[in-house]
Amino acid sequence: MYDIAIIGAGIAGSYIARELSRYKLDIVLLDGENDVGNQITMANSAIVHAGFDAPSYKLKGKFNAAGNIMYGKICDDLDVPFKRCGSLVVAHDEFEMATIHDLYKNGLKNGVPGLKILFKDEVHAMEPNLSEDICGALYAPTAGIVSPFELCAHVAENAVDNGVTLKLNHMVTAINKVDDYFSITTADENIDAKLVINAAGLYADDVYEMVGEPYFKLLARKGNYFIFDKDAGSLVNSVIFPCPSKNGKGILVSPTVHGNLLIGPDASPVDKGDVSTTGEQLDYIKANALKNCPALPFKKIIRSYAGLRNTPVADTFTTTDGDFILEESPVKGFINVAGYESPGLTSIPAVAHYVVEEIVKPLIPNIESNPNFDPKVRPHLRFEELSDEERADIIKKDPKYGKVICRCETITEGEILDVIHRNAGARTVKSVKKRCRAGMGRCQGGFCSPRVVEILARELNCSLDEIMYDQQDSTYILAGQTKSAKEEA
Amino acid sequence: MIYDVVILGGGPAGLSAAVEAKKDGAENVLILERDRELGGILNQCIHNGFGLHTFNEELTGPEYAERYIHQVTDLGIPYLLNTMVLDLTDNGDLKTIHVINEEDGYTVIQSKAVILTMGCRERTSGAIGIPGYRPSGVFTAGTVQRYINMEGYMPGKEVVILGSGDIGLIMARRMTLEGAHVNAVCELMPYSNGLVRNIVQCLDDYDIPLKLSHTITFIHGKDRIEGVSVSQVDEKMKVIPGTEEYIPCDTLLLSVGLIPENEITRNAGVEMDDRTNGSVVGELRQTSIPGVFACGNVVHVHDLVDFVSEEAVLAGKGAAKYVKGTLDTNVTFTTVNGNGISYVVPQQVAMKNVEENVTFYMRVRQVFKDRVVNAYIGDQLVATKKEKKLLPAEMVNFKIAKELLAQYPAGEIRFVVEEAKK
Amino acid sequence: MIKELTCITCPMGCQLTVVDKNDDGNFEVTGNTCKRGPKYAINELTNPTRVIPTTVVVRNAMLPRLPVKTAEPIPKGKIFDAMKVINQVVVDAPIKSGDIIIENLLGLGINVVSTKTMAKC
Repeated sequence: MYDIAIIGAGIAGSYIARELSRYKLDIVLLDGENDVGNQITMANSAIVHAGFDAPSYKLKGKFNAAGNIMYGKICDDLDVPFKRCGSLVVAHDEFEMATIHDLYKNGLKNGVPGLKILFKDEVHAMEPNLSEDICGALYAPTAGIVSPFELCAHVAENAVDNGVTLKLNHMVTAINKVDDYFSITTADENIDAKLVINAAGLYADDVYEMVGEPYFKLLARKGNYFIFDKDAGSLVNSVIFPCPSKNGKGILVSPTVHGNLLIGPDASPVDKGDVSTTGEQLDYIKANALKNCPALPFKKIIRSYAGLRNTPVADTFTTTDGDFILEESPVKGFINVAGYESPGLTSIPAVAHYVVEEIVKPLIPNIESNPNFDPKVRPHLRFEELSDEERADIIKKDPKYGKVICRCETITEGEILDVIHRNAGARTVKSVKKRCRAGMGRCQGGFCSPRVVEILARELNCSLDEIMYDQQDSTYILAGQTKSAKEEA
Repeated sequence: MIYDVVILGGGPAGLSAAVEAKKDGAENVLILERDRELGGILNQCIHNGFGLHTFNEELTGPEYAERYIHQVTDLGIPYLLNTMVLDLTDNGDLKTIHVINEEDGYTVIQSKAVILTMGCRERTSGAIGIPGYRPSGVFTAGTVQRYINMEGYMPGKEVVILGSGDIGLIMARRMTLEGAHVNAVCELMPYSNGLVRNIVQCLDDYDIPLKLSHTITFIHGKDRIEGVSVSQVDEKMKVIPGTEEYIPCDTLLLSVGLIPENEITRNAGVEMDDRTNGSVVGELRQTSIPGVFACGNVVHVHDLVDFVSEEAVLAGKGAAKYVKGTLDTNVTFTTVNGNGISYVVPQQVAMKNVEENVTFYMRVRQVFKDRVVNAYIGDQLVATKKEKKLLPAEMVNFKIAKELLAQYPAGEIRFVVEEAKK
Repeated sequence: MIKELTCITCPMGCQLTVVDKNDDGNFEVTGNTCKRGPKYAINELTNPTRVIPTTVVVRNAMLPRLPVKTAEPIPKGKIFDAMKVINQVVVDAPIKSGDIIIENLLGLGINVVSTKTMAKC
């Protein structure tokens, strides 16, 4: 019997698990995927928002700026790439300037530090590659960019370091309330827990309906993105938002924390799980991104992808107004962390603290602190960032750092071995890519993915064709050996 | 120790350049190779068709590589395997090369001359941005070539190939021989990007349809690829609505072009040509940095390895001359891409270094029939090459004798595709 | 009879025209740029053949596959039968380029030879 079962190992579930591991509790973190942070956490804008747009009366408004402030320390403890590069909301005319003034006022209410309204020449001095048509902007110096997959992987790693049990490939199919505990059915086993935290992302409504009467509904809204080569990474220095409209934040242009450039996302309602990119939407993004940044070099695109948001929508039984749902549900002991869309990534350090301290703790009498809790992960060595002397030293200590596997990003075998052998470690080609960037570069794994497959097979002691790209069993890379009739062990 | 010539890459260009530099009097030559053996991409190109120009024999890739590897070992040229070059810096008379490998760790190598022979890499699905899902089972053709020919693994059984580059065509046959079924090869352009010979012996022989003016408009399958939507395109390469067809497959191979791998070149500050995506080079493949030479696919993508070897001989000669102090640095001519020509290599000619003639490698922009390629200096016609058929996929070799060029003091050599005069 | 062919003997890909005026096997070939052209064209019309480059299983080598080829072109119709035989073969390193891997493939009098030197390891 676990004290707490958390359903969903995205950024919300993983982070809450890690915060709960500060206490002496038996915690299990469940996910249906073959890796942590493999859905919404994986494909988004990767931005740590300053917090000026959500209304201050909403949870979003309350937690955004609070989460933002915590990022520096969190990313330091968890060794996650994070850069406070600032953001600009740009205006093309006086109507948009009026919106910018409204955002400024709202930002002050939300406690966003350092906000400033810039004139045209100030904008262009800061961002020389923006359109000449831009007449002003709201500057938010606290906005930043982060690597969401590394954040989630390291949070999950830290949670496991501190005693949380992580069970991947555990898709929850049913939940039964039995007396004072819950019995959770997964394909492989039944898991019993006194409390359940539902952080199932896009499927949080479905999961809740396994135990309670529906009171919220989640809509999948798809966003398409493009990633540009590092050659284009310095086109902008900060996150460039268009002026928001009733359709949302609009198409942004942003540097990524690893030095690429990202544009996107659009927002169109789709079926849950539909992460296909569409030609028209990709064209729409290009056209809109060009309005603010006319010099975008589309020849340097290295990848396009789509991600989903989980937006709570009005329905006959809905009580939500599009805000985060963070509460003990009508089913006692069952906590919903739902409708967790943007600015969810930014808010999570503050939200996790709130969920643990204000929702979970009152439900557990005599909770004791975990004296062994260590907030830091073992540092990740990133070969590319080392000085020549440090490089020489590390290869002397471990020759595997002398073997470059991913040429585009200069990722060594030592780094790949490290992410495989950590807690919540990589098991698939994609999970290696998410954790240490092998395959993220301009050749998109063309060269290194066969080597990564070889390394995974060797380290996990299986054959090459047992290595998956992503999901267990269904995302095979190789379909068996040639001459298979004759192959010998 | 200070080397005379260090060669960055042990593929066909690097091997040939090393041999020539050594033969021409460079004493201390070193080859740096990132893979576990010499030969580069030839090791996975197990098909025949190599060496007809160079050896007058039809060899497979590994056989062709071995011919050069033997010359390298016979000449006692040392090489380092599993060695990655991180950086190249120019310190005037000496070049500094930062390398790592497992045995020697982090090492700094110094050399008087450097020859860049890093080759090229494949364009990816990311670069062409096909709409749809991002499942497993989408590979570049070269990756699959390595899996099948070297590792002995099949990626799948039902195959669609996008792009008719030579590697894609070769892999269509290769996968068929290994028991897979190739449903179609789709090519966006109205003509193939591979050699005609490969269309005949890789597709026609096995009844594999080549769909010209077709592209993939959607990738189906969330986990593993399940199929592709294929549509016809018009002259402007826009999809024609209503022509969409669903082809089921478990594997999609991309053969959509090659890009010279010039990260080191760019970081070193070498002047680049954005039409070739390679460095600007002279007749002996000297780059804008004195003492740095480049040849093979890192300069421009060749369609035959024989021409890579041929070009590498020039770079080897150039590097040896540079080390001996006999390389002339005065550029006499620059080349210009006239009508119908997309690029010309070399971009510069220093006449004093020319022995008997200069071979200009070039590609045309589109398909032409019964034309001539003319070389002009000013309005003077210097040389003419008659071609029955000109294809963008097939490189044109235009050899011009020294004495023809020597009649002109300096200037631009402009290459133009023109109607043949009756 | 008139037939258009692309010569595949080398990567030049010459467009050949074969004319057999009296349909009596007296072929006249034009469009070739070397003497291999007519030989290819006549062969292609009477008995088309191909060299088969493929691999066999190799043990104790750096890689699990050894590249091989038929030392001479074999009849086109025999390609898949040849693959069946080649796929059954297992060899042990060390192997030299040119070593005979299969003698007299399918009784055609043609050997399958190694195209790579592979050391034992």
